[in-house]
Amino acid sequence: MTSRLGDLRIALFFIFPAVIGFVAFFLIPTIRGIYLSFTEYSILGEPTWIGIDNYTAIFADELFWNAMGVTLQYVALNIGFQTVIALGLALLMHRVAKSTFIRGALLLPFLVANVIVALLWFWMLDYQLGIVNEIMSWVGLPRVAFFGSEQWAIPTIAFVNVWRHMGYTALLIFAGLQSIPNHLYEVANLDGASPTRTFWSVTMPLLRPVLVLVLVVTVIGSFQVFDTVAVTTNGGPVNASRVIQMYIYQKAFGESDFGYASALSVILFVILALVAFVQMKFLKGNESDLD
Amino acid sequence: MTTSTLPRNDRKKPLNWRRIGAWVLVAVALAVTIAPFLWMLRTALSSNSALASNAGNLLPADFSWGAFKRVLGLQTTEEAIADGGSGAAINFWLYLRNSVIFATVTTAGQVFFSAMAAYAFARLRWPGRNKVFAVFLTTMMVPPIFTALPNFLMIKNLGLLNTMAGMSLPFLFMTPFAIFFLRQFFLSMSREVEEAAMLDGAKHLRIFFQIVLPNAAAPIATLALLTFIGQWNEYFWPLLVGQDENVRVLTVGLSVFKSQSPQGALDWSGLMAGTLVAALPIFLLFIAFGKKVVNSIGFSGIK
Repeated sequence: MTSRLGDLRIALFFIFPAVIGFVAFFLIPTIRGIYLSFTEYSILGEPTWIGIDNYTAIFADELFWNAMGVTLQYVALNIGFQTVIALGLALLMHRVAKSTFIRGALLLPFLVANVIVALLWFWMLDYQLGIVNEIMSWVGLPRVAFFGSEQWAIPTIAFVNVWRHMGYTALLIFAGLQSIPNHLYEVANLDGASPTRTFWSVTMPLLRPVLVLVLVVTVIGSFQVFDTVAVTTNGGPVNASRVIQMYIYQKAFGESDFGYASALSVILFVILALVAFVQMKFLKGNESDLD
Repeated sequence: MTTSTLPRNDRKKPLNWRRIGAWVLVAVALAVTIAPFLWMLRTALSSNSALASNAGNLLPADFSWGAFKRVLGLQTTEEAIADGGSGAAINFWLYLRNSVIFATVTTAGQVFFSAMAAYAFARLRWPGRNKVFAVFLTTMMVPPIFTALPNFLMIKNLGLLNTMAGMSLPFLFMTPFAIFFLRQFFLSMSREVEEAAMLDGAKHLRIFFQIVLPNAAAPIATLALLTFIGQWNEYFWPLLVGQDENVRVLTVGLSVFKSQSPQGALDWSGLMAGTLVAALPIFLLFIAFGKKVVNSIGFSGIK
């Protein structure tokens, strides 16, 4: 223990399995993914180096721009509704209903597989027999082909995932609310601040680091939406719900175009890194007003 | 909302109606969350032929266990079709076994090896420790889809497509989150017991197994629970490498079951029975450890 190296030998033993996993399934794939994005590779035979051809092709690829547009539409709808609803739920939990039972019940959809949630809503939103359309026709509203219409496919998928994630996101925000010291509220109360004023002047600023974190996690997650789409619309009707990850999947496994699919995933990776960077910077996520 | 019409006679609680309004919102949120699961059960207990004519009936239409029997393989194809099933089959017990093996093996490996690494990062002193940890952490940023394609190619080249090994290997050794999560707890443990037990390097194994692991039993159990739920629900990777019937897990099996049915003739009650049974382990885990899961979410989000 006297040597400069400290516990190096035994430490190497302890991190050995993790290093294997890291190198084999994160590091090498990352490098290989970037390399493949500069090749033409159909899985049969060897990859052929083609420089930036994949990227220039992507730039002119209407389906790519469509997939980006669809994904952005999904992300905007999903994040918008999810954040507002989750913030509301978190405030409700914090102020009136702290019970673990209620929090647990709201978390339940998040713990069930995406596939199961997708099938459940695929049934409930069915055009002919779904209970939602049934209720709508009782009230005199026209039936809607939720998953089957170009106009509704993405909003519907966004809704399903908001339903699945709202309790989880609310719990994250709730944890943030609980970390706000009580005396700040007492001071605000003594100063005669209204609840609305207190919310905007005390709660929101102090909640900012948690909200930034929640936003980063949910934006990055929703850019990668796949399971729900794969189980319900499979990207259709036409291209209406072909999100970027679905497009990557179809390019790789439908058309065996692994080079192109790799280039698409490099682009997605870059976008996600930028999103995280901008959000952290712009919203100063690392600093808390408490410090 | 009609709560504002309630009498506000109690002057000491002038905002009482706000509280009632808040509770109404809580009740609505709970209803929105729970009702779909009840609808799932109601559908699973109905027969397909009756579902068509009783779409809005709140109770099971033509109550029958047929859908569950069909999913669990207790019904012949002829009986299933007579019952309004599509004749599409789900080899439920096989998929269940596969899901159990996949989720258990990956959870056990991931948690154990991550605990070893976390121990090295938290309790051992060695040059480069923080740098290596930082490198591990940055992999949290890499989106799964990005590594999925090259990993698929590697698993394919190794000849491990459609094997349990191919499905499990990428999850088996670590995730940065698991290491990060356990490192936090190991850091906060007192050094004294450890130092008393320490004589030389070889004793680290004993310390790890006899002191660190038992003392961190609670966070390890929580992590294992969260990991198991995640692995049980995993869809994308098993879809890529585990398409073969022999290794197919429940999530993939359910989506295949759905797509096997011809358009317009989905076996809804069978599908809902299948999803319910596939979600059952999660429901049971949740009943047994719900509090643990709920209380760990605040932490797990801080990745």
